Amino acid sequence: MAGLELRNPTMNAAGVLGISAPLLKRIYEGGAGAVVTKSLGGPQRMGHSNPTLVSVEGGALNAMGLPNPGAEYFVEMIRELKGDGVPVVASFFGGSIEEFRDVALVLSEAGVDALEVNVSCPNVAEEMGMLGADPMNTEKVTEAVKEVAKSPVIVKLSPNVTDICEIARAAERGGADAITAVNTLKGLAVDADLRRPILTNVTGGLSGPALKPVALRCVWEIYEAVEIPIIGCGGISNWRDAVEYLLSGATAVEIGTAAMDGGFDIYGKIAEGIREYLVENGFKEVKDIVGLAHGG
Amino acid sequence: MSDWRTEAEAMRVVRLTKVKEEAGDMRSLHFADERCSEGVPGQYVMIWNPAAEEVPMSLASIGEDGNVSVVVRPVGESTEALCGMSAGDKIGLRGPFGNGYVVQGSSPLLVAGGTGAASLRPLAEEMVAEGLKPTFILGARSKDQLLMTESLVSLLGENLLTTTDDGSHGYRGYASTYADQLMKEKKYDMIYTCGPEIMMAAVFQVAEERGIPMQASLDRYIKCAVGLCGSCGLGPYRVCKDGPVFSSEQLREVRNEFGKSRMDPSGRAIKVDH
Repeated sequence: MAGLELRNPTMNAAGVLGISAPLLKRIYEGGAGAVVTKSLGGPQRMGHSNPTLVSVEGGALNAMGLPNPGAEYFVEMIRELKGDGVPVVASFFGGSIEEFRDVALVLSEAGVDALEVNVSCPNVAEEMGMLGADPMNTEKVTEAVKEVAKSPVIVKLSPNVTDICEIARAAERGGADAITAVNTLKGLAVDADLRRPILTNVTGGLSGPALKPVALRCVWEIYEAVEIPIIGCGGISNWRDAVEYLLSGATAVEIGTAAMDGGFDIYGKIAEGIREYLVENGFKEVKDIVGLAHGG
Repeated sequence: MSDWRTEAEAMRVVRLTKVKEEAGDMRSLHFADERCSEGVPGQYVMIWNPAAEEVPMSLASIGEDGNVSVVVRPVGESTEALCGMSAGDKIGLRGPFGNGYVVQGSSPLLVAGGTGAASLRPLAEEMVAEGLKPTFILGARSKDQLLMTESLVSLLGENLLTTTDDGSHGYRGYASTYADQLMKEKKYDMIYTCGPEIMMAAVFQVAEERGIPMQASLDRYIKCAVGLCGSCGLGPYRVCKDGPVFSSEQLREVRNEFGKSRMDPSGRAIKVDH
């Protein structure tokens, strides 16, 4: 996938457990093909205060607020993981194009296997989170990151846009090696008894099964719009979900909210389920079914 | 709510039925909640005064009639907001979460420090109900900070032993030193501890020297409470879901962090200072 050789096509979604090397290592031991760090920025961030997550119909709504220790601080964790033979994708963000480039440089020099550009967090100020709502900014950020990156650059897109294909094409023009589709869908939970929003941030990002049809549609559309590979993300809870993403055009998948249910071994279970599906249906490898649902 | 996971993870709102003054400036908050009443000792709830932050609190009483409680010490904005609440006020609740203690062996020693007694009391109740005779060390800085002594005395009688740092009640000195002394006199086969981490680490050292297994309830910065965000990471473990109760074996595995360091909200390591 985009020059990466992984033992299987599963990863954790950014933000899920990726705050320390030991937790990421446990995800790898749980069977993931690679691990994705929490989104790292230049300065450290404490994130929003609780409540930051609540279960809603068909999924979870969260607004963590990009807590992270800062990219420089995290370099040691990346080295520790690399030392243990774990493939690492570093998710990161910036408050400006310069910061995106600076953080990309730090992470790239730390030896990550790929960079995932988070231009799609719905839960922080717009200049930091949703640069990816605009095609021109997406292209500029991608170009800036590509200038300094020593490893493949993946751009993670938001479903909270009118036309995701336009943004995907902008990332491709900027030189992206792959696209992750998608980040969480902006949502809201209000409590009838308290008569107020539940999350401190008011709005949050919806993940879990409720997100799946939306995210799957995004993957489908992007597959028809660009040539670069896609990592599918959104509500994948079992191997069938993962296979549906592959058939719709994804080359790999990221799994997040399902870890709440399945724990760390969900990655291995889904990878094994994909493998069995391939064998039972006479396919040799994952790429044989990528985009197959699009027909001829 | 659909069948997506358990309803425990959604926010539900209940009214406090009673707010009781406890030792020092601590308060117990009582409410009726069926899910919590099905919880086990050592589990916690995410409790929310909507004027402040949602925080984790161990179940301090688990009534079969549906009535439960937590004990809060006002140490920051959120805990102060909780302590300032009255009967009839609405709180948000998620949970109960976490693994809880496992009753093992026939001769248990419970070591509580400060509000840690809240999490160990329902465990002692369960043990007594099962016919065990637990020894319970209740430690605090001074006499006026000893939590729930009345209910513990009526439950345990002379097996409730107190210790205070200043000697104003019971044994004078640290709970870990007292525990060490008791272990010399009697053979215990499982130690349960909850309290300041420095104290629990000291108890663990004593337990290890004597080869007695331990279960410790740990505290970290819990945000999501469902094992997703990682903010409560302790080595390879999530305190919110893999814990909060950890075995000796697990504590050995995280010995570089237990009693020494924890993650701040950004994920940077900071010193454990109490």
